Amino acid sequence: MRLGEHPILEFKKGKEVTIYFNGKPIKAYEGETVASALYAAGVRIFSRSFRFHRPRGFFCAIGKCSACMMEVDGIPNVRTCKVYVRDGMQIRTQTGTPDAEKDRFAALDDIIDRLFPHGAHYKRFTTPRILREFMMKQMRKFTGFGNPPKAVYEGKAEFEEIEADVAVIGGGPGGMSAAIYAARAGAKVVLMDENPFLGGQLVKQTHRFFGSGRHRAGTRGIKIATILEDELKELENVDVRKETKVFGIYDGVVAAVQKDEKLLKVKPKKIVVATGAYERTLIFENNDLPGVYGAGGVQTLMNVYGIKPGDVGLIVGSGNVGLILTYQLMQAGIKVAAIVEAMPRIGGYFVHAAKVRRLGVPIYVNHTVTKAIGKECVEAAEIARLENWQIVEGSQRVIDCDFICVAVGLSPTHELLYQAGCEMKFVPELGGLVPIRNKYGETTVNGLYVAGDVAGIEEATAAIMEGRIAGVDAAIKLGYGGDEAIKIREEVVKDLEEFRSGPFGERIVAGLKKVVVA
Amino acid sequence: MNYLVRGYLENDELPPFPSRERLEKKPVAYIECPQPIPCSPCLEACKYDAVKMDNINDPPELDYEKCNGCMSCIRVCPGLAIVIMRIKDGKGYLTLPYEFTPWLKKGDKVKLLNRKGEEVGEGKVVWALPPEKNDRTSLVRVEMDPDLLFEVRAVRKVEE
Ligand SMILES: Cc1cc2nc3c(=O)[nH]c(=O)nc-3n(C[C@H](O)[C@H](O)[C@H](O)COP(=O)(O)OP(=O)(O)OC[C@H]3O[C@@H](n4cnc5c(N)ncnc54)[C@H](O)[C@@H]3O)c2cc1C
Ligand code: SF4
Ligand code: SF4
Ligand code: FES
Repeated sequence: MRLGEHPILEFKKGKEVTIYFNGKPIKAYEGETVASALYAAGVRIFSRSFRFHRPRGFFCAIGKCSACMMEVDGIPNVRTCKVYVRDGMQIRTQTGTPDAEKDRFAALDDIIDRLFPHGAHYKRFTTPRILREFMMKQMRKFTGFGNPPKAVYEGKAEFEEIEADVAVIGGGPGGMSAAIYAARAGAKVVLMDENPFLGGQLVKQTHRFFGSGRHRAGTRGIKIATILEDELKELENVDVRKETKVFGIYDGVVAAVQKDEKLLKVKPKKIVVATGAYERTLIFENNDLPGVYGAGGVQTLMNVYGIKPGDVGLIVGSGNVGLILTYQLMQAGIKVAAIVEAMPRIGGYFVHAAKVRRLGVPIYVNHTVTKAIGKECVEAAEIARLENWQIVEGSQRVIDCDFICVAVGLSPTHELLYQAGCEMKFVPELGGLVPIRNKYGETTVNGLYVAGDVAGIEEATAAIMEGRIAGVDAAIKLGYGGDEAIKIREEVVKDLEEFRSGPFGERIVAGLKKVVVA
Repeated sequence: MNYLVRGYLENDELPPFPSRERLEKKPVAYIECPQPIPCSPCLEACKYDAVKMDNINDPPELDYEKCNGCMSCIRVCPGLAIVIMRIKDGKGYLTLPYEFTPWLKKGDKVKLLNRKGEEVGEGKVVWALPPEKNDRTSLVRVEMDPDLLFEVRAVRKVEE
């Protein structure tokens, strides 16, 4: 299930290690996440649903959906797509008896609801008290997520205080550009990202980017990530902290955990939030079946860890993400049965669609997926034609596939902004909740900027430009950079306006009108 | 915008064809990029001023008289939307970008696919730019019936 030869990527395997899954030894390679190592070993069921014991697989692969939670070395509720394998690691599923893969009680799915309808524990078996307590205890065994750790944490627990001019949260194209431009103007910067690598979404994008040459169009996404990282390395005044998750912003103080063992208290004068976005899902029958994955999840598995998601895929959504993913799957030697699109026309760039169409992949517009078929994982999908957003009866047909990729868009990762007190607004054109800000990206919280997808779902090129603007403006406000910095800032603002001036930018511009204040 | 319903261009949506005389003189690029998208590497790559685009969102327009078939544009086009054509001694030659393994090399036989992925014939690879010379996008030149030059847009290796 690991990919061999690939036209664009070279997969370097780390040292071989052994991890234990529900007691069984599994071969894995250093640098892989637990979830990807398990997937490569053929594990598809990662957990069971809370109530009906339905099998669940991974979905997002970037730590945002919690479908992959397991007990790792005695610690419950660990998102296994975010922890890396270590030799001897003990991993256990935490739902199901004896484990999630072969949950004996899953057979009761159909009758659980009859015996214990919603709210039953308030009404049945409530008296006498002894019966109630006994029943509660039994029910708890069947539901819930995990058990508290049995031992006291014995690892390292350190603390560090960092002072900086600018703290950048998120190391995707937006965050890296903000750090580079703030540092070039002279500011002292600290850049934090929860991954062990920089690049954000770019690390899975093997295709050449669009845009203008000046913004590295024609260059592959993966390469843009390394170019930006090299630029960062040249700057001595940037402190890069990888594997560092920011969990809160309290009165301008940024709190983070580095490598699960060190608490950071970062005291910056300005903050740039560039946390990117997470994937949306879609409602259809059995959409929780293992084998229904987010498009980014599949990209991560395939392009970051070199693991084959399946043999034949169905892609839902013909935006650029769906189209590019289709091409990437074919490059990895995986078949794509079809792309379905609910709108009457393809949502992404025509040239991306043409690339896969000429290789024989059908694109069905006015179609949607209505059902995932399979017992423990996807074995086929049912699709149907839509007319005025209604399913046309009798148009249903079954497509053979062993996985379904949901590529129906992203939503900004806005939690930190909310928590920090930014005034937010729901703007459908920008993908969801986004902060009110000025044209340099400064939000209603003084000194707190946004850049990239978290400010509105767009593109890496736009994320880079927004990052530059936010970074340089933060530096300017702190007195760095002089007239030169102001010149740079205004140039980028102009470039970005031009970039958005076409029909694909119309939606964005309309959305921005609702949140950008003078 | 019917091409967005189908995912490919019909004949009446294609840009004007270069003339047979032009194709016989020297190679020429042919661009199928009809939609206004913010993209301009083809314009920036062309040293002969053959690509016209006033704003980054305009679709490129090609001047066949200025183009000399140098292939700079096809090397960088992220849409893989450009091919190079040529007719020599009555034979057609089409150069296309190729990003799949196993890589194609000189002498390989290939199936010719049209814009919808249907097989329309067979051809032979006469030249291939190795992927490592162009950031992993190989270019392959395929010999074929000259009448197929405006139809074929992809190739698939024939397994021996
Ligand atoms: C399939 C696909 C194809 C695409 N193709 C193109 C294209 O051709 N051209 C183009 O211009 N764009 C393209 N894009 C879009 C582009 O990748 C994104 O718009 C861009 O990556 C957004 O950059 P960003 O910096 O805002 O966020 P991201 O790249 O998402 O980076 C955010 C980073 O923040 C980190 N983070 C989040 N929360 C925290 C926290 N609390 N603490 C620490 N770190 C945190 C994340 O781990 C991540 O590394 C594509 C996207 C996809 C999915
Ligand atoms: S082939 Fe060369 S001359 Fe012709 S358009 Fe492309 S870059 Fe310009
Ligand atoms: S580089 Fe390719 S995709 Fe971009 S505008 Fe030119 S022809 Fe179109
Ligand atoms: S959180 Fe791990 S797959 Fe979504």
